[in-house]
Amino acid sequence: AEGVVCGHDLFVASAMEPPDNILKVKTHRRGKDILIDHNYLEIASPTTSTKFGHYYDISKTMSPELLQSIKWHSFYLPEELSLEPKLKMCNMNCGYANLLHSIQRVIYQEGFDGSHPQKKQKNILRIGIQSLGSLLWGDDICSSDTPEDIHSLTKFLYVLRGLLRKSLSACIITVPSHLIQNKAIMERVTNLSDMVVGLESFIGSERETNPLYKDYHGLLHVHQIPRLNSLICDVSDTKDLAFRLKRKQFTIERDFNV
Amino acid sequence: MLAELNELLGASPQRPGTGKFTLLRDTGTDGSFLVHHFLSFYLRAGCKVCFVALLQSFSHYNIVAQKLGVSLTAARERGQLVFLEGLKSCLDLLFGEEEPSGEPSPLQFISGSTSNLKALFDFVRTSLTPADSASWKGSVLLVDDLSVLLSLGAAPVAVLDFIHYCRVVVCSQLQGNIVVLVHGSEDAEDEENDLVGNSLGHHSDLILWVEGLATGFCKDVHGEIKIIKRLSLESTEQDLVQVYQYKIQERNVTFFARGLSAAVL
Repeated sequence: AEGVVCGHDLFVASAMEPPDNILKVKTHRRGKDILIDHNYLEIASPTTSTKFGHYYDISKTMSPELLQSIKWHSFYLPEELSLEPKLKMCNMNCGYANLLHSIQRVIYQEGFDGSHPQKKQKNILRIGIQSLGSLLWGDDICSSDTPEDIHSLTKFLYVLRGLLRKSLSACIITVPSHLIQNKAIMERVTNLSDMVVGLESFIGSERETNPLYKDYHGLLHVHQIPRLNSLICDVSDTKDLAFRLKRKQFTIERDFNV
Repeated sequence: MLAELNELLGASPQRPGTGKFTLLRDTGTDGSFLVHHFLSFYLRAGCKVCFVALLQSFSHYNIVAQKLGVSLTAARERGQLVFLEGLKSCLDLLFGEEEPSGEPSPLQFISGSTSNLKALFDFVRTSLTPADSASWKGSVLLVDDLSVLLSLGAAPVAVLDFIHYCRVVVCSQLQGNIVVLVHGSEDAEDEENDLVGNSLGHHSDLILWVEGLATGFCKDVHGEIKIIKRLSLESTEQDLVQVYQYKIQERNVTFFARGLSAAVL
């Protein structure tokens, strides 16, 4: 949503449902903070803007005119695999290899890495990848604690990191971490990421009935924040964050009644 | 470089030392400030440095180095610093054209064509043993961070072999120093990573181990550092262990005894 409102290019990748659907259907609002959303990167309608970021009304969809004002690229795994079923890259899973080739192609062709400097004005590419690591991407790390190929996901992330570092792009990835049994993989995934945020829902847990949490739907865990170009990072005073999802709003609050 | 850390280690750029293997470990926190320290320390000391930088871009290290008083760009231009930018090298390997010189990429093993790290070792060896090495005050290999090699598919044995060969060349033959970071996590579920970290620990002259505070995040104390000096690799003499807490600032890191942070006093 932020990308559309700021006029950035988008690259939406999914193995689960066509990226068109992700861009059309509404729900979660994205406020000031960067957050990883468990379910979908769906686009809501913007209401007001602030100094940094915008507010969205998640009960409404974004207008098609606004969506049409930006350029977006899509990657839907079932379609891509039918075109290039045998694409290989360093023993990596096919789905990931395809995705990397696709991202690299967009970055190069659209000049996000500084190639074709004369072509057009500089812009940013926002990449969104849904449910990486899940079975739908052809990876078995979510279905087994001794997966056949434990390196595909981390190799993918390393190459992606390289692509992001050398271009004007940023990427947000959702990972169904609750399904990944192998903790070592999650540790490596964290080490290869700049920012790591987790959403923990209260649904189905003992916290659902805990009176302390009655106003909230879950906790927001900030596992890691970027420490780029600096010895220090801007660490906030508290890491006790909770979120609440209402009809029109998704809010994150700190220092809730503990 | 970090002046207070030099004091704690009894180190000085005038005496960079020879033949030493230093292991940096971090668990549950970011120990990269130690990498920045050693990078600027050895450059200030006039050593030739080969930096295998796997996790961040050149500009990241350069910007931080400038805050610590050293220009990596200048060091690279005068031939004092050989910088392997892992992320870029990986992209060149996967998306680039064939190497014009015909030499294999240092990160060859990622492509799966080989399982050992010989190409990376050859890169280190070639970087540190050219004809003009006499003009520098020593050779140094710096690696940030070794755990990434495991994530890229290298087996722990291959990583340990690589370090062993580097030790033979850098520490024994060239009488230089090696500093290596192995990143870990609090939960320590990564057995391969622990194997590498613990094995290297047995053969290190100096271990600097930083950990986040057990009580959780604190604004004035960012973590704890354990300094383990191996007095003798042959005898059974006890290692010298010192523990301090630290706080990272924009251009400096302050160290203090446990419980004696300036915020508390």
